[in-house]
Parts: sequence; C-alpha cells; structure tokens
Amino acid sequence: MDRRQFIQAGGAVALGASSISTAFGQAKTPIKVGILHSLSGTMAISETALKETALMTIADINAKGGVMGRPLEPVVVDPASNWPLFAEKARQLLTQDKVSVVFGCWTSVSRKSVLPVFKELNGLLFYPVQYEGEELEKNVFYTGAAPNQQAIPATEYLMSKEGGGAKRFFLLGTDYVYPRTTNKILRAFLKSKGVADKDIEEVYTPFGHSDYQTIVANIKKFASGGKTCVISTINGDSNVPFYKELGNAGLKAKDVPVVAFSVGEEELRGVDTKPLVGHLAAWNYFMSLKNPKNDAFIKMYREWALKQKLPNAEKVVTNDPMEATFVGIHMWKQAVEKAKTADVDPVIAAMAGQTFDAPCGYKLKMDEKNHHLHKPVLIGEVRADGQFNVVWRTKGPIRAQPWSPFIPGNEKKPDSPV
Amino acid sequence: MFQTLRLLAFALAFLVAPAWAALDPASVLPLADEDPDVRIEAIRKLTATQEPRVADILGALSNESLGLIDDGRRAVIVADGRMTDAVTGAALGAAPASFEPLMVNNRLRGEIDAALAALKLASPDAATRLAAARALQGSDNEGLLPIVQQAIDKETDPEVKGVLELSAASLALRNPDPALRAKAAADLARSNDPQVRQVLSALVGKGSDGTYAEPDERVRTAAQLSLAEINRRLFSTEIGLAAFTGLSLGSILLLAALGLAITYGLMGIINMAHGEFLMIGAYTTYLTQGVFRQYLPAAFDWYVVAALPAAFIVTAVIGMALERGVLRWLYGRPLETLLTTWGVSLLLIQACRSLFGAQNVEVENPAWLSGGIAISGGYVIPFNRIAIIVFALLVLAAVWLLINRTRTGLFVRGVTQNRAMASCTGVPTHRVDMLTFGLGSGVAGLGGVALSQIGNVGPDLGQAYIVDSFMVVVLGGVGQLAGTVIAAFGLGSIAKFLEPLSGAVLAKIMVLVFIILFIQKRPQGLFALKGRSAEA
Repeated sequence: MDRRQFIQAGGAVALGASSISTAFGQAKTPIKVGILHSLSGTMAISETALKETALMTIADINAKGGVMGRPLEPVVVDPASNWPLFAEKARQLLTQDKVSVVFGCWTSVSRKSVLPVFKELNGLLFYPVQYEGEELEKNVFYTGAAPNQQAIPATEYLMSKEGGGAKRFFLLGTDYVYPRTTNKILRAFLKSKGVADKDIEEVYTPFGHSDYQTIVANIKKFASGGKTCVISTINGDSNVPFYKELGNAGLKAKDVPVVAFSVGEEELRGVDTKPLVGHLAAWNYFMSLKNPKNDAFIKMYREWALKQKLPNAEKVVTNDPMEATFVGIHMWKQAVEKAKTADVDPVIAAMAGQTFDAPCGYKLKMDEKNHHLHKPVLIGEVRADGQFNVVWRTKGPIRAQPWSPFIPGNEKKPDSPV
Repeated sequence: MFQTLRLLAFALAFLVAPAWAALDPASVLPLADEDPDVRIEAIRKLTATQEPRVADILGALSNESLGLIDDGRRAVIVADGRMTDAVTGAALGAAPASFEPLMVNNRLRGEIDAALAALKLASPDAATRLAAARALQGSDNEGLLPIVQQAIDKETDPEVKGVLELSAASLALRNPDPALRAKAAADLARSNDPQVRQVLSALVGKGSDGTYAEPDERVRTAAQLSLAEINRRLFSTEIGLAAFTGLSLGSILLLAALGLAITYGLMGIINMAHGEFLMIGAYTTYLTQGVFRQYLPAAFDWYVVAALPAAFIVTAVIGMALERGVLRWLYGRPLETLLTTWGVSLLLIQACRSLFGAQNVEVENPAWLSGGIAISGGYVIPFNRIAIIVFALLVLAAVWLLINRTRTGLFVRGVTQNRAMASCTGVPTHRVDMLTFGLGSGVAGLGGVALSQIGNVGPDLGQAYIVDSFMVVVLGGVGQLAGTVIAAFGLGSIAKFLEPLSGAVLAKIMVLVFIILFIQKRPQGLFALKGRSAEA
C-alpha cells in the first residue's frame, strides 16, 4: 500500500497545481487514468519504459490544457511481473481508484489474466505490444501489431531475393503462449508457400534460459541443409545471452539472418551490438525513422528522462511499444473529446475511425470495427550503434487481422467484438 | 539471357578496365541506385577492374560511410566528419551536416564481403590470402572465378592454394557445363566449410515445385557423395563440441555455486542472497568497464582483469557486513536465516534497480574474449567459454589451497567440524565466521565477473542462478568441495547431453526430476562428511 501511495505522490508531481484545482468545482475534476506495467521482476526491463512514456504523454497533455479542460491524473500500480497480481491490480484500479481507462500489460499472459476483470467491470484497456492475435474484446484496444502486421511480412521478406531467399526456417522461442501461437501461424503460412515440414524446426526454451550453446550449434547444423533464417520470438532477458552466443560463434547475419519480433532498441541497450550488425527486427516503428513527428517524440522523451533523472538518462531510446503507448493515449484523448465524456461505452464508440499522426511517419487509424490499429510494417537491420536501418517497408499502414486466416476455424470468427 | 548479358558485361569491364589509368567516377554512382540488382552489378563490375581504390570504396560502402554529394554526382567517403573523394582519394574538407551515407542490407553485405575477399587474394601476406580464400567458399558470384583462377596460378603457399581450389570449385558449380559442375561437386568433398555444405544440400534438394534444383543426375550424385563424406568427417567434431558445451555449462555452474559451497556447505548458512552477490560482482565489472572507458581507454581490453580483485573486495566487504550486522545473531536458526537472507536479497535487487535502472546494462567482451577458435565445419569454440573454464579451475584451486593448506583454512575447518572445541583451543570463532562468509561472498563476486561475460547484467541476474547453485551444492553433498565440482560438471554435461534429444524445456525438467530421485535415495548428496560434527 505504501509503495502505491508513494508512486501516486510521484505521479502527482507531474500534475502540479491540478490537484489543488479540484476544489473549484466539477468541471475541473481530474480524469483518472490507470497505468498497469511491471516495475519489478523479469518484465521490468521492458515495461518500465512504457510507464515513463505514459506519464510523459499525460504530463504533456496536461501542460496543453488537459482533456476537455480537465487534467489527467495518473494512477500507477506495480503488478511486479506476477500474472495473477495483474488481475488484482486491475480490479483495484477499476473499483477503488475508479479510473476511466487503463494503459498497460506487456506479455500475453498478463493480458489474458486481466481480461475477465475488464469484462466484468466494463473497464477500458489499451494494450500497446505486438501479440499473437486470436483475440478481439470489446473492452480492449490493441495498439500493437497483430501477426499479419509483423510476423508474416517479416517471413515473406526473408523468403524474398532481397531478404536472402531463405529456404529453411528455424523457429526459436520462449515457451509460452505468444511464441507458440505465432509459430503455429507461421508454420501454416510457410506450408501454404510450399515449405516442407523437414525445412521447419521449432525449438523452445524456458523463461530466463541463459545457455544457448547447443541451440546455436544446432542452428549451424540445420543451416548446412540450405539457406536458413532464424525467426526468434525469444522474450525478455534471454535475448542477451542468445545474441552474445551468436556473435561469439561467428554466425554472421549474411549467412544466417536472425529476425526477432521482441527485440527493439531498448533490449539492445544491454548488448554489445557490433557482432550483430545485419540481424533483423520487424516492428511498426523504429527510433531511427527520420520525420518531424518522430524527432519531436524522441526529444520529448529525452527531456522527460533528464527531468525525471532516469538511470542513463542521456542514452535513453524510444521503441515500438512506447510509440504504441503514446498513440494509444492520444487516440483515447481524441475519443473522449468526441464523446464529450470519459465514460467507457461512449468512448469505445468514439474510438472507431480515430486517426493520429504517429511518430512512425504515417497517419494511423483505429479500425472502425476490429479495435486494432492500421499500422505500417517496417523491417530493420541492426546497426553497430544499436539502432536499426529500415531495409523494407510496406507502402502504407495495413489493416490488422486479429483472427489469422492461417489458423483453421478462424474464417467463421466475426471481425468485430461480440 | 540476363546471365549471358551479365557475363558479357563482366568480360567487357574486365578487358577494358586495365586500359584506363584510373577508375571511372561514373562507375561508382550506380552503387547508390534504388534497385539492389543494379547495385550488385556495380559492385561486380568495380571488383572486376581490380583497381586499388575499389577495396576502399567497397569497404566504405560496407561500413556505411560512403555517400553521394553534389546532387548525386560525386561519391565521397566520410570518416570522422572529413570527406574524401571516393574515386581519387583526394581530401574534400568537412562533411556537410546533411550527409546521408548509403545503406546496405545483408544481401549487399555478402556481395561486398566476397568482392573484398577476391581483391585481397593479391595480398603479399599468406594469412590474409588464406582468410580471403576461405571467405570465397560458398559465394555464388561466378564473375569472381577468373580472379580466383589467376590467384591459383600465382599461389605458392600449398594451404592457400588448396582452399582456393575449393573456392574455385564452389564457384564452378554455377557453370553451364554439367560435366564441370559434377567435377566441382566431387572436388568439394574435401571442404569443411558450412557454406559449401549448404550449397551442396541445395543442389540435391527439391524446389517447392517438386523439381530438383540441379537438373543433371550426375551432378546430384556427386554432390550427394560429397555431402555424405563431409558429414562423416564432421561427426566426431560435433560430438566433441557437445562435450565442450557440457564442460562449459559445468564451469559456469561451478563458479556460481562455489561461493555457496563455502557459505552453505562449510558454515551451514542458507544464504538466499547468494545470487545477489553474483549480481554485485557483475555490476562491479560494469563499473570497472566504465572507469576504464573514461580514464584508461588504451588498456580497455584488460578491464576484466582489473574487475576481478575489485569484485572480490566489494562482495567480500558486503558479505562480511551482512555477517556481522545480521547473520551472526541468527546462527543455529536456519529458518530465520533463510527468511532474513531472502529479505536482504530483495533489498539488494531493489537497491540495484534504483541505482542502475531496471534495464540490463551493457558489458562488452574485451577483444581477447570475443570470437573463438574456428574448428572444422564452421564450428567455433568461443574464447570466453574457454577462459571461463580455465578461470573456474583457477578459482577452485585457490579455494582448495586456502581451505586445505593454510592456517586460516585449518581454523575454518576446525570451526566447521566442532565449534565448541575450536573455541576452547583458542580459535577466534567469530572472526573465522566473518572471514569465511567474506570469502564465500568474494568467490561469488568472482563468479559474477565471469557471468557478466556471457549473459545479462541486470538486477535479476542472481535470481537466475540461485536455484542452480543450491542444486549443485545439495547434490554434491554439503561441506564438500569435491562434491560441488563433480555435481557442477555432471549436471552441466547431463543437461547438454539431454538438450539436443529432448529440447531445452524438457531437459531442464528431466534434470530436476533426476535430482529429486537422487536426493530421495541419498539425502546426504554425492559425498557425505564423515566423522563427528558437533552441530549436526
């Protein structure tokens, strides 16, 4: 309890005078906004930055006059990478703090754990991370990528001449729902492209696995059977030992490229990237994109990090889920202004078709029906400085398919929440 | 049609180029083309000229310092903010702020590497030529064949010549004449290069439309035979490599568990904060790295060596403070010790998170720990793994000598075996307790330095190793260094032996089940402490 109050107090600093203004009548009452990201435990490495992005965006909105003249009041809780605790904290946000909206979750298992709470209490969740699809809920807006906005285009790129013309595929992942489902979709997709089963190898490691010697040796052996690429859905901490082993074993990107779906600028901060030049990542945003919106976004985050005295503040990076958080909060704000209320049902209705000029350089649109963003797909190669060179991109934003056509039975699923 | 055109273009360029005194500036510009095929064509043409500037130009393209200025009319190389003309090498002053280097992707990078290797074949240094010849194996740019042939004719070093002939054979697999292709495929049986294995496998495999990639039966048979030959030769290498990975994992487990073998094994303290001492050791390495980067960049490669005493001292001091401040009030109450040290571990993790952030920090491998020894078949034994095995054995030897050959060690053993009697004979038991705990913590710190070279350095580092450490110590038998050593290497080898058979997840489960069964059968572990123990 103490910690929460402490964090709340910290959040209140961002609000400045707004808490005093509550005395001046209903019109100025703050709108409460929940932030549900792990600040401790294994996922802290990725989720802490999202909390900071959310607080920064909220502070920025408040500085520009708030939403309909009302300031936003962030309520930060720490579910500590503990999946059942996510549900508890979500319930607390919705019933005790009575927040209008929650921005949060990273792993699919944490999202699955809070879903029943949001459905029961009719809350509103914005989920900012790429995920495996197979879900469409009235109470959730998905601002990260669905498989057809990340995994499938990346695989197509690797099969193309430009991507190296891969013939064999080594699917490597952490053992949980996101990699398993993504690989199921990819396997079906590869089969539809005429790839034989013997040319697909699926390997899983436990959470926190740190010894990749055998796996890297197996990749080498597998690669001797034809042009190979590795599709990695390794999550969190394990990426560092994996990439270190790759570098030391001399597996070069030009021979066996590794494309990762969960590795971005933030994860690469913990790695010496020089041996990794040329390995790939597929996202919908990269920090290295050059456009005025992105420059402003990076500048805003740098200044925020310095002001908040974040560790290594001078070297902070932005990444895809941070952009998705930023876009999500702004779209929610626009929807509230359109609905003229922060109540859940009118806001859900007003979200349909919202657009926003995102740092990725495109005007992103929230789909009218399926609660997913239309996003561009970008494929980047790791540079020596830990940033990415965009080597391939879609012509524009593409619509999400939360129900992948490569999983049997999905063709009957409705394209909007029921 | 395209193929012949390309050959023609190549032949033309090859014939015409020597007539020019220098490189044609216009020939460099297509490197910036939108179409990657045009860029590759430009690389191949430039390579065929064998002009001395070409290596510089392609090198700059590869590390992304080549770009165009003057509206794309002139190619320049930018280094440290200064421009030089790519074609003439003339200095052009400071680079404009808007300078955007040309980007390359993996396909181009592969092409450039092959081209640079071909250009290096003329190097006077035999080692450079050998590396270049190796790099050419598996390339599919048949345009390089004349350069390779030239090099073979001139080559005097038999080793380089052998590799060059293999490279020539792998390039000849693209030859339109099936007889030549079959001969090349048969010749390649002598190669151990992983790229060659890949090319050969592609020849015998069927495409997605069900037809063979290689139309000629004879070539396929030759490739098949060569493949079988290569695989037979590499089989023993693969077995050896598996044994090495087991040894390597064992040495890591040993380093992680050795400190615990002292604090838990000898002193009987269930120290749940042991993992955090590993973490502190790793963060000390990170800080030492920072100090070297800042003040001693010339000696940067040796920061790891300097980190060893630093980590030992830092963790030993923290360990002794923990022993004096907290643990000494709890001797003989294992349950309270367990809870207290767990609390301490949470405190240390959170303190670390507040100081350094929740993100992992980057610890760079020094040059002498990067890369590895290439053994046949493209397999590599990384230097950092070898160094960790050696280091683990050194630490083990030092601890063993300290415990068994010094006066302090005698006291430690005395206090372990019979505290009351040791106290009666004048051994300062409290001081010995403090020193022993300090030693155990310090050894954990050394382990942390080693772990920083292979994995994550983050606040949760210790959590990943605490279970493994207890597993090793309990399996080895409490109070026995020899047991710890055998348990560490045994568990490492078993895990690595099972992993290829069952996958990493199942291997981990099987190891745990094995330990449960073993402890059921033999609760005292592999080696039990014999004799009287007053505190048992």
